[in-house]
Amino acid sequence: MPTGRLAVWWLIASEIVIFGGVLGSYLMHRLGHPEWANQSIHTSTWKGALNTFILLTSSLSAVLAHNAASRGDGKRAAKLLWATIGGGAAFLVVKSFEWAGEIKAGYTITSNTFWSFYYTAAGLHGLHVIAGMIVMMFVATDAAKGKELQRVENAGLYWHFVDLVWIFLFPLLYIAK
Amino acid sequence: MSDNAHAPAAAGHAKHDAHPDSFYIKIWGVLLVLLVVSVIGPELGIRVVTLITAFGIAIVKAYLVVKNFMHIGVEKKYVGYLLVTMLALMVLMVGGVGPDVLRHDGTRWSNVAAKKVVEEGLKAGSGHGEHGGDPHAAPHADPHGEKPAEPAPAH
Repeated sequence: MPTGRLAVWWLIASEIVIFGGVLGSYLMHRLGHPEWANQSIHTSTWKGALNTFILLTSSLSAVLAHNAASRGDGKRAAKLLWATIGGGAAFLVVKSFEWAGEIKAGYTITSNTFWSFYYTAAGLHGLHVIAGMIVMMFVATDAAKGKELQRVENAGLYWHFVDLVWIFLFPLLYIAK
Repeated sequence: MSDNAHAPAAAGHAKHDAHPDSFYIKIWGVLLVLLVVSVIGPELGIRVVTLITAFGIAIVKAYLVVKNFMHIGVEKKYVGYLLVTMLALMVLMVGGVGPDVLRHDGTRWSNVAAKKVVEEGLKAGSGHGEHGGDPHAAPHADPHGEKPAEPAPAH
C-alpha cells in the first residue's frame, strides 16, 4: 500500500475516536435528557437534508475524480475535485444561513447543553469540511498538470469520511426530535 | 509501502477500476433514495419506524459509502482491523461512561442537579431552555446558581 494512503487511513482511524467521542457523549446525554426534545425541534430538518444531499453528491464527484485519476486523466480528475470543493462550499453556505438564523433566534452555544453539543459537533465537522476543501485545492492544481495523481484518491478517502460523519450527525441532530 | 511507486497515473487501487462511472452514479442514486426515506419515515411519528428509518438507514448509507466509495473491500485487511479497533474503543468508552450518564440514580448516589434540570426542562416545554451548566459535573450543585438559559424565541 502506498505510504500516503496508509497515512490517510491512520488519520481516519484517529478521527473515528474524535467524532465517536463527541457523538457517543451526545447520544448518552440525549437519552438521559428527554427535555432536549424541546430544543431539538428547533433544528431545521430540510436544511440538514439539503446538506446531506450536497455532501453525498460531493462524495460522488470525489470518487469519480478518483476513477479519472486511476485512468491517468488528470484534467478530468481536477475538474471533478473542483466540483467536490464546490459541494463543500455549498454545504458551508447552507450551514451559515442555518446558524445565522438560529443564533439570531437566541439559540447559541451557551444556551444549554443540547445547543452546546449541536454547535460543537457540527462546528468540528465544518472545520473538517474546510480542511478537506483546502487539501483538494492543492491536489486538484497538481492533478490538472498530470502530477501526483495518487493523491486524488487520498483526498477522496478523507472526504468520504467527512461525508460519513455527517451521515450520522444528520439523524442525531436533525431527525431525532 | 511503495508498491505503486512506478505507476503514477494509476497509483492506488487497481481492482476497483472495473467499475465504470455509471456504477458510482447508481450508488449515489440509492443513497439519495435512502436519504428521502430517512426524512419521511420519522414523519409518521412511530418510534420503531423512526429508529429504523433514521438510524438504521444511516448505518446502511455508511456501509454503501465505505464499501463502494472508499473501496474498503479491496484494501489491506489490517485497515479494516484498524477501523474496527477504533470503533470498539468508542463503544468501550460509551459502555463505560453510559451507566453514569444515562441514569440519574444509583445505589448510593443521586444526580440531583440532572434530575432537576430534566424536570424543569420538561415543565418549561417548547420555547424555553434548560439551565446552562453541566448537571453531571456536580451532583449536588444548585442549578439556580448556574447561568440561566438564553431567552428562547417564540416562533
